[in-house]
Amino acid sequence: MTDLLPVDGYLVESLPEVWFAVVVFALGMYVVLDGFDFGIGMLYATREEEDRETLLAAFGPVWDANEVWLVAFGTMLLAAFPPVYSRLLADNYLLVTGFVLALLFRGVAPELREQREDEDWQRAFDRLFVAGSTLAPLLFGVLAGRWVFDVPALSAPALLTGVGLVAVSVATGAAFLAAKTEPALAAELRDYGVLATLGYLGGVVALLATVVATDAGGAAGTVLSAPAAAVVGLSVLAGLVGVVLARRGQYRRWLASALALPALLSVLLGLLLYPQVYPPTGLTVRAAVVSPLALNLVTVMGLPVLLLVLWYFKFLYGVFSGPVSGSYGG
Amino acid sequence: MTATVSLAVAGWVALLPPELASRAQFGWTISVHILFAALSVGLAPFIVYFTWKAVRTGDERFARLRSFWTKVFAVGFVMGTVTGIPMSFQFGTNFPRFAEVAGELIGGPLAFEAKMAFFLEAVFLGVLLFGRERVSDRTYVLSAVLVGVGAWLSGFWILVVNAWMQTPQGFELVARNGMDVAVLTDPVAAFLTPRLSWMYVHMVNASVISVALLVGGVSAYVVWKKRDAAAWRTALKIAVLVLVVSAPLQAVHGDAYGRHVEDTQPQKFAAMEAHYETGQADLHLFAVPRDPSALTDPRAENLFTISLPGLGSFLASGGDASAEVLGLNEYEQNPPVALVFWSFRAMVGLGFLFIGLALWGAWRLYRGRLADSDRFLKAMMVTSPLGYGALLTGWYVTEIGRQPWVIQDVLKTSEAVSRSLTSFEATATLVGFVVVYVALIAAALLVLKWLVEEELAELGAVDPPNAGRDYLPWVGGDD
Repeated sequence: MTDLLPVDGYLVESLPEVWFAVVVFALGMYVVLDGFDFGIGMLYATREEEDRETLLAAFGPVWDANEVWLVAFGTMLLAAFPPVYSRLLADNYLLVTGFVLALLFRGVAPELREQREDEDWQRAFDRLFVAGSTLAPLLFGVLAGRWVFDVPALSAPALLTGVGLVAVSVATGAAFLAAKTEPALAAELRDYGVLATLGYLGGVVALLATVVATDAGGAAGTVLSAPAAAVVGLSVLAGLVGVVLARRGQYRRWLASALALPALLSVLLGLLLYPQVYPPTGLTVRAAVVSPLALNLVTVMGLPVLLLVLWYFKFLYGVFSGPVSGSYGG
Repeated sequence: MTATVSLAVAGWVALLPPELASRAQFGWTISVHILFAALSVGLAPFIVYFTWKAVRTGDERFARLRSFWTKVFAVGFVMGTVTGIPMSFQFGTNFPRFAEVAGELIGGPLAFEAKMAFFLEAVFLGVLLFGRERVSDRTYVLSAVLVGVGAWLSGFWILVVNAWMQTPQGFELVARNGMDVAVLTDPVAAFLTPRLSWMYVHMVNASVISVALLVGGVSAYVVWKKRDAAAWRTALKIAVLVLVVSAPLQAVHGDAYGRHVEDTQPQKFAAMEAHYETGQADLHLFAVPRDPSALTDPRAENLFTISLPGLGSFLASGGDASAEVLGLNEYEQNPPVALVFWSFRAMVGLGFLFIGLALWGAWRLYRGRLADSDRFLKAMMVTSPLGYGALLTGWYVTEIGRQPWVIQDVLKTSEAVSRSLTSFEATATLVGFVVVYVALIAAALLVLKWLVEEELAELGAVDPPNAGRDYLPWVGGDD
C-alpha cells in the first residue's frame, strides 16, 4: 500500500483543496436532498388526512438515503480535516445535539404513525414529524451561520441562515411534491413554494447585507467578490425563473430550478469559507488537512465509491420516478 | 444501562461532571444503537433467505415470513439510523480531542462506512419496502442481498475503528496544532489490526444468535397460540438450526478470543477475572457474592466461587497451568473491575444457556417433535430477549475493560473529553438522550407486540386452553 501511495506528497498538488470541495459537495447533496424532505415535513402541516398519505408516500422511499449524505459529510470532514470536525462540533454542543434529536423525531415519526389506526396516536406523531422537519433545517442553518461567520447563535447572520434554510427547504419540498402529485394538490402546494422562494431570496439579500455591514467572520470582502456575487446573482435568477415556471404549471422544470437554490447556497458557503475551513480559529485548508498518505488513501479508496453512490441515487430515483403511488409502508 | 439511567436521574437533581456525563451518554447511546444495529446485521440473512424462497417458489409460508420480518427490519433500521446519527457526531461534541488525535486513523474507515455501507443499505431498503410493484423479481431479491451486504459492511468498518482503539498500530505520534496526533504510516497495519478478525466474527455471530433467539421466541409464541401455523413452524425450525450452529461456535471462538485479549490487553483480562496478584490465575467457573460488597468489589475473599486452580493460567498461556498472569495491582489506574467481572460472567453464562437451548431444540427436531412441547416453546419465548443481554454485556467487557484508555496506551478517556463542555450542557443532553431513547425502545417493543398480535389475528388464532399468562416478555398483559 505504502509502495503504491506517495507518503511525502499529495497525489495531485491541489488535493487538499479538492477535498475541501468534496466536503462542500457532500454538504450540498445533503442540503438539496434532505432539504426537500424537510420541506415535505413542513408542508405536511398544511394538509388534511387524505393528502398526508400522499406526502408520506413521496417521502418514504428516499428520505433515509438522502439523510446518509449528512453522515457522509460529517465523516469526510473528519477524515480530511479532523481539527475542524472536532472544533465545529465541540463549539456547537447544544445546537448539534438539538439538531440530531430533531432528525431523530423526523425519522421515527412517520414509521410509528403508520403502526396504529388510532387518531390520537397519529396526531401525536404528525406533530412530532412537523416539529422535527422544521427544527432540523433551522438548527442546521444556525450551525452553518456560526461556522461561516463566527457569530453567536442568537445573532442576525446565524438566525437569517437558519430561516433561509427553512425557507429554501419549503421551496424545494413544494416543487418536488408538485412534480409528483396530481394537479389539484400541486396547485395548492405551488403557492407555498412561490412564497417560500421569494422569502428565501429576501432572506439571502438581508443576510449578505448584514454580513457586509458588520464584516462577520471577515467575510465582507468575499461577499463583494466576483464569484460570490455571481452565485448570488444566479440564485436570484433561478428563484425568479422558478416562480414563473411554477405559475405556468411547468412543475418538473420548476423542480430543477428550485433544487439549484440549496446547491448554490452550499457553493456560497464554500466560497465564503475558503481558504479557511474554520474561521473561529482561523484554520486554513492547508493547516487542517491530514497527512499526504492519509489523504491519498481516502482519495483512492473513497472517491470512486462516491461515484458509485451517485449511480445508486440515479437508480433509486429512477425506480420511484413518476407520480407518487401507494402509501407509506409500501 | 441501569447505571446510566440512575446517573440520568441523579442529573435531574444535580449536575454531573462533564467527563462522567459524557461517558455515560456515550455508553447509553451506543448501547441502544447496537441493539438495532445488531438486529439489522442478524436479521439481514433471514430476510434474504425468506425473500429468495418466496420469490423463487411462490411458497405462501415464506411470503408470510418475509412480509412480517421485513416490517420488523424496517422499524429496526429506522431506529438504527436515527440512533446512529448522534453516534457519528458524539466523537466531536463530547470527545473532540479523541477525534483530533485519532482523526487521521478513524476518519477514513468511518467515511468508508458511510459511503460503502450506509448508502447501500438505505437506498436498497427503500426499494425493498416501497418498490415491490416497481422492480423485477430479480432486482427485488438483489435489493434484499444488497441491504444485507450493507449491514455486514457497516459492521466491518465500524469494527475496524474499534479494533484499532483496542490494538492500535500503523501510526506515529506527531505534534500538530498544539497536540500529539496520530499520523498514518501504514494503512494495512492500521486497518487490519490484530483485534479486527476476532471482533468481527464474534460480533456478527452474536448478532445472528440474538436474532435467531428473537425469531425463535416469536415463532414459538405464534405456534403456541396457533399450533398449525405452518409458516411459523418453519421459522421455529430455521431458528433452532441457526442456533445449533452459532451458539456452540460462539463459545469455542470466545475461548480463543479470550487468550488473544490476555496477550494484547492483559489489564482487561485481569479485570475480567478480578485477578489482582500477579501469578498463577485460577478460573472462576461460577461466582456468587458472599456479601453485597462483592457486587462492587469482586475480590476472591468476598466471593463464593467454584474455581479450577490454574486454569486461568492454562487458558491464558495456551497450556501452562502455572503460567504467570499479570494482576491488576501492577497498574496505576484500573477499569471499574466489578462491571467488567460481572458483565463477563453474565455473557458467558448466557452463552451456555443458549447452547443448552439449542441442543434441546436439536434433540426435539431430530425426534420430529419440535413444536409439540409447551415447555420447550415457553423456554424459547423467555429466552428471546436474552441474546441482546449477552451482546451488551460482551461489549461492556470490551469497552469498560479498556478503561482508563480510549485508545489503548495512547490516549486516556479523561484526556479525550471536551474542555469547553460545561456540566450543565453534558448533564442536560444525557438526561435528554435517556428520556428519548427509553421512549424509542418502548415504541420499538410496542410495534413488535402489535405486529405479533396482527399476525395472530390474521392466522385466526384462538387462545390455547392453558393460556394462563403470556410468556413473550414484551407481550404482557392479560388476555
